[in-house]
Amino acid sequence: MSDILITKSSPPQSALLTVWGALLALGRGFGRQLWMATRTPAGRIGLPLVALHAIIAVFGPLLAPYLPTEFHLRDQLSSPSWQYWLGTDEYGRDIFSRLLSGARSIITVAALGASLGIALGTFVGMSSGYKGGRTDEVVMRIMDGLMSFPALLLALLVLTTLGSNPQNIVLTIGVVFTPRVARVMRSATLSVKTLEFVQNARLRGEPAAYIIFKEILPNTIPVLTVEASVRLSFAILLASSLGFLGLGVQPPSSDWGLMISESRRFMTTAPWIALAPAAAVATLVIGVNLLAEGIRQAQHLPLIEEDISS
Amino acid sequence: MVRFLVRRISLIVVTLLVVSLAIFLVTEVLPGDVASMILGQGATPSNLAAVREQLGLDRPAPARYLSWIANAAQGDLGDSYVQRRPIVDIVKGRLGNSLILAGFAFLMAVPTAILLGVWAGIKRDSLGDQVISIGSLVAISLPEFVTGVLLMVVFASTLHWLPSSSVLLPGTTPLDRPQILILPALTLTGVLLAYVMRMTRANVIEVMQSHYVRTAILKGLPMRRVIFRHVLPNALLPTISIVAMNVGWMLGGLIIVENVFSYPGIGRLLLTSIQGRDVPLLQAVALLIAATYAVSNLLADLSYSILNPRIRLS
Repeated sequence: MSDILITKSSPPQSALLTVWGALLALGRGFGRQLWMATRTPAGRIGLPLVALHAIIAVFGPLLAPYLPTEFHLRDQLSSPSWQYWLGTDEYGRDIFSRLLSGARSIITVAALGASLGIALGTFVGMSSGYKGGRTDEVVMRIMDGLMSFPALLLALLVLTTLGSNPQNIVLTIGVVFTPRVARVMRSATLSVKTLEFVQNARLRGEPAAYIIFKEILPNTIPVLTVEASVRLSFAILLASSLGFLGLGVQPPSSDWGLMISESRRFMTTAPWIALAPAAAVATLVIGVNLLAEGIRQAQHLPLIEEDISS
Repeated sequence: MVRFLVRRISLIVVTLLVVSLAIFLVTEVLPGDVASMILGQGATPSNLAAVREQLGLDRPAPARYLSWIANAAQGDLGDSYVQRRPIVDIVKGRLGNSLILAGFAFLMAVPTAILLGVWAGIKRDSLGDQVISIGSLVAISLPEFVTGVLLMVVFASTLHWLPSSSVLLPGTTPLDRPQILILPALTLTGVLLAYVMRMTRANVIEVMQSHYVRTAILKGLPMRRVIFRHVLPNALLPTISIVAMNVGWMLGGLIIVENVFSYPGIGRLLLTSIQGRDVPLLQAVALLIAATYAVSNLLADLSYSILNPRIRLS
């Protein structure tokens, strides 16, 4: 993948239009990268797995046989049966229903958190890399400082003080990921910045925002897509780990990590409580990682068709 | 080399100052001060005032930060609010336990990972390579608490070979009951092993495609010599920095694994201090973890530059 998108001339337009146009191009770019990934075996397994989880996240609660918080006090810790497909927990809550509602919360939180981190990181990394010089040095030092915390520790500290709710978890994931994304996007910017069409746009006197969004950003799409998929998988791991440590979505709502944490007390009598959410987290992250692998591999495949004009 | 050392060590001091400031800011200046964090929701204004005075919170924040960091630099981390004894005493044994667990996992994971990674890289696309690649992808995808709980289901609740919880009697160390180390260390090993192995494999493949390796093969050197003299030294260098980068990850993993198995280490202490709203202890533990991270990064940089003349001499 080394297609270079060249804009011939720039009609006068507002900054807002520039950003909107760049976002459209970004969406198209992402779509194409995903489609390309289906040409690799990893992508062909990963994409359906991720899609399945996404569908469950959207429609799951409609399919759930019970309410996720509904107690069935006569059926505590019952093993999987026709009535309760995946068994029940210590309060007699249906595990299958809790799993479905947990899918929505973890996928929403992880996706929003990863998107926030990618947006902030891309913005910081690209502007810092484009600007260069002193500013770049100061900004990247601050990013290094943020990175000198292990991610989980920073997340735990922030959530302990701010209190744990979905908005704060999204915010935390965003903050934790920003410096990491910024570093990647900065080096991508540095390598595109020196190319002729960027110099060309500069000499035409284009504003910095235009050059960053319309000239450089479209050419970092391959890097950005891989980074986005990797970040999504880390976000799911981080969010579910926070849940396991009791700082995720608060009870009685269901959270996969918390379900696993609470299952430890019934390990010998009711192992299904642990196995169902464990399988759910595992398949989701494996799916995202396979997809990331597929996207990465597809970028090194020879191109079959390529329309630069679009 | 001396100048390099001086520069790196002064950088680490700066990093630690920034990190300590960040910990202080996050825990003390964000909305919801320490007193209300400690007392929780049922706090009355007079309770709050009493706790604030007791902790010295009535002093301005910069003064509190300075005295905290100055004491910490002299090895005095203050007193735990819940346990009412010096934090240094609480932390000492815990830190040792964590180091034992981490060291054990590291010794199991890294040599195996390098061996498997080199083998998979040399035998690229063979059946063994594919099995290793898929296996490591799965291992990376499993969060530590999932691996830990799965191992627990198999080896503790079903087979009854190993204890499911790693609780220790006070005054004993994990080395007195080494069997409690096995499951936590295995859990920690999973991700580390997979990650280091994938990177080693990628590095070996990259070096194998280089011109100097092709030259070495074409001039008729035996394969064994090509691998040991030409491929490995160049492929293993980046692996060192990857292993070091993983220390940060491992510290995160340690927090989770210790909580999965109730292992009495620093990560378990971190969560206990969060749950007990013991802010002085929380700050101290966070600082300790961040410092460990910074020091291990320094050690990695040093070993990398000692092994790589291109960096040492520049």
